[in-house]
Amino acid sequence: MASKLTQSNGAGWAFALPGFGLIAIFIVLPFFFAFALSLTNQRLISPNPTEFVGFENYRDLMGLAVITLEPERDADGNAIRDEDGEIAYPRVRTITRSDDFPEYRGMREWFRWQSGENARVVIAADVVFMKALRNTLLFVLVVAPVQATIALGLALLINQKIRGINIFRTIYFMPVVVSIVVVSLLWRFIYDGSDGLLNNILAGLTFGLFEPRDWLGETSTALGAIMAMSVWQGVGFHMVIWLSGLQTISPTLYEAAEIEGANKRQIFRYVTWPGLRNTAVLVLIVITMQAFALFAQVDVMTQGGPLDSTQSLVFQTVDRGYRKQDISGGSVISVVLFLIVLCISLLQRWLTRDR
Amino acid sequence: MADLKLRNVCKSYGPVDVIKDVSIDIADGEFVVFVGPSGCGKSTLLRMIAGLEDITSGTIEIGGRVMNDLPPKDRGIAMVFQTYAIFPHMTVRENVAFGLTINKADKATKEAKVAEAARILQMEHLLDRRPSQLSGGQRQRVAIGRAIVRDPSVFLFDEPLSNLDAALRMDMRMEIGKLHADLAASMIYVTHDQVEAMTLADKIVVLRAGEVMQVGSPMELYHNPANLFVAGFLGAPSMNLMPVEVKEVAGTEATVANASLDAISVATKERPIRTGGTATLGVRPQYLTPTAPEEGMLHGTVALTERLGSETVVDVALRDGSKVIAAIGEDRVLAPGTEIGLRFDPAQAHLFDEHP
Ligand SMILES: Nc1ncnc2c1ncn2[C@@H]1O[C@H](COP(=O)(O)OP(=O)(O)OP(=O)(O)O)[C@@H](O)[C@H]1O
Ligand SMILES: [Mg+2]
Repeated sequence: MASKLTQSNGAGWAFALPGFGLIAIFIVLPFFFAFALSLTNQRLISPNPTEFVGFENYRDLMGLAVITLEPERDADGNAIRDEDGEIAYPRVRTITRSDDFPEYRGMREWFRWQSGENARVVIAADVVFMKALRNTLLFVLVVAPVQATIALGLALLINQKIRGINIFRTIYFMPVVVSIVVVSLLWRFIYDGSDGLLNNILAGLTFGLFEPRDWLGETSTALGAIMAMSVWQGVGFHMVIWLSGLQTISPTLYEAAEIEGANKRQIFRYVTWPGLRNTAVLVLIVITMQAFALFAQVDVMTQGGPLDSTQSLVFQTVDRGYRKQDISGGSVISVVLFLIVLCISLLQRWLTRDR
Repeated sequence: MADLKLRNVCKSYGPVDVIKDVSIDIADGEFVVFVGPSGCGKSTLLRMIAGLEDITSGTIEIGGRVMNDLPPKDRGIAMVFQTYAIFPHMTVRENVAFGLTINKADKATKEAKVAEAARILQMEHLLDRRPSQLSGGQRQRVAIGRAIVRDPSVFLFDEPLSNLDAALRMDMRMEIGKLHADLAASMIYVTHDQVEAMTLADKIVVLRAGEVMQVGSPMELYHNPANLFVAGFLGAPSMNLMPVEVKEVAGTEATVANASLDAISVATKERPIRTGGTATLGVRPQYLTPTAPEEGMLHGTVALTERLGSETVVDVALRDGSKVIAAIGEDRVLAPGTEIGLRFDPAQAHLFDEHP
């Protein structure tokens, strides 16, 4: 007997409503809000009326140009060098503040490289954003593959019938249960420059030869330190996803491969890995999304420093939107982030599609 | 030569003995079927031969070599699983050639062997498909193809047809029979299905709770079951078993009777049957013929008739309240409630000293 539930769609919609409603109110609506705000000059609290500014915010954020600086030359036409033998160039502000180049007005140097005698300088309208973008992309590029690979390795290790294997599963999963804020605080102690655990361990291992360093205080190590800690924290979660994927592979497939004489490597290549395809897509997409959302670690551990070397997109969004009250600026970054993540997940889906 | 010898093979999982002292000889080229009720250890025994399960004690010899500690690939066996176990992401061709790929065979060998297997199994047109585009029977064919390519001296089948529907099962059964005739390799075949066992086997091994109940040709087992278990297990509908009193034992014959059975004498076949004791008389339904009540050796009333067209199965309630089944090889109408007598040839009856 067909019930009313299966006949009318009304009941179905009613059941779906709470979920849909929450998603609509907290995700879809804010997104459209953000997009609308990103086209205005709205501030968090401001006496001035809101004005529509079109894509000006986007230009201010993403303006990028490469300028070429020629060396300053003496009367003979030779490049002037300072006492270290470095070629002297005119300052970038002679261009960005000059009325001859209105298109470069207000831009600042991001980085430069040498090309023959000339210097090429990349100038950006918003250097902090560019650094945040670069750091975030780098973070994703390093964390996603490293975390996925380590998680898979751990999953393979704990997917064995050994006594007490559940103890290992618990240990590897434990960091996931602890709040990322707490983990970040703990790792601040580990990375501490004067008496941190990491410095002590390295000193112990090298019999005191290792020079202690301030892992979070140096531009060269800060981002790497945050990456390492993030991988450690999230690896247990993805391990569990891999594990569930591993357990969907039929044991008879392994036996069939064993009878054919496949060795461990061949079994992984011909049985395990193909059986994990769908899991791999899931893990990669989830890790990528999570990595793009990098915020708490930065907020707790470095506040984007030193010298903006650990800025991230989400940190900048929050920093601008709330701390600097520039709600339209924050919205612009979140729209940009949305587009990047959208493109990447579409790309991943396409790369891992069923052929 | 790849004759296979199991010597006092045992298997225990912790304190549980799953296989108990099994010894079987299988000659080269023989088709052996393992049958038995669910959980009796058929698969376990087969997997021990394959090397997928280790042997607690005893030895397994193939072609004169003890195989106990060799990995599966070195035993000269190939196995076909109930769930096919073909690799879902590979084409049929890649699946069939898997063993060759693993062992880095060259391309020409690979192609020749795959073509040969495909020809034997008539699946040339399927070679470029993926398993998801195949029917159950075709998948099982692929699995058999992968086994053939290994060129094994012993094929192991674990209920290969039980995931297939009845009609297909019959086709594949015949094909496996043909394959055995063509390849002349030994085959060990596990099944639940009596018809598969009876039609395919050169030799049937009946197992129960990890012990061998009887080994012999299908007809030997059917006509001369060694014990009550084999008697009741083989044959459909299963053998009628009646408790009887032993009136007299004279030489190799015993005279038995009960409330609904007139005294008859049946061969004792050297079983310990004593005058004044009790025994179990077994008669297959096919050997019971209905007659007029006064002419019968068994007396009762018809309880139910099932007409199958070619055969009529009659449920008869005997005078002492027990039931027997008679299978008559023709279409007959017998109204429930009618008094009936049943006759049989005592030479077709079996007398067991055990009790069901
Ligand atoms: N890993 C194991 N640990 C403990 N007992 C097991 C294990 N594997 C199988 N058994 C037991 O061994 C016995 C034989 O199992 P097996 O799979 O060989 O039965 P089978 O005869 O193939 O049954 P079926 O006809 O249902 O396939 C069963 O009673 C089962 O419970
Ligand atoms: Mg089984």
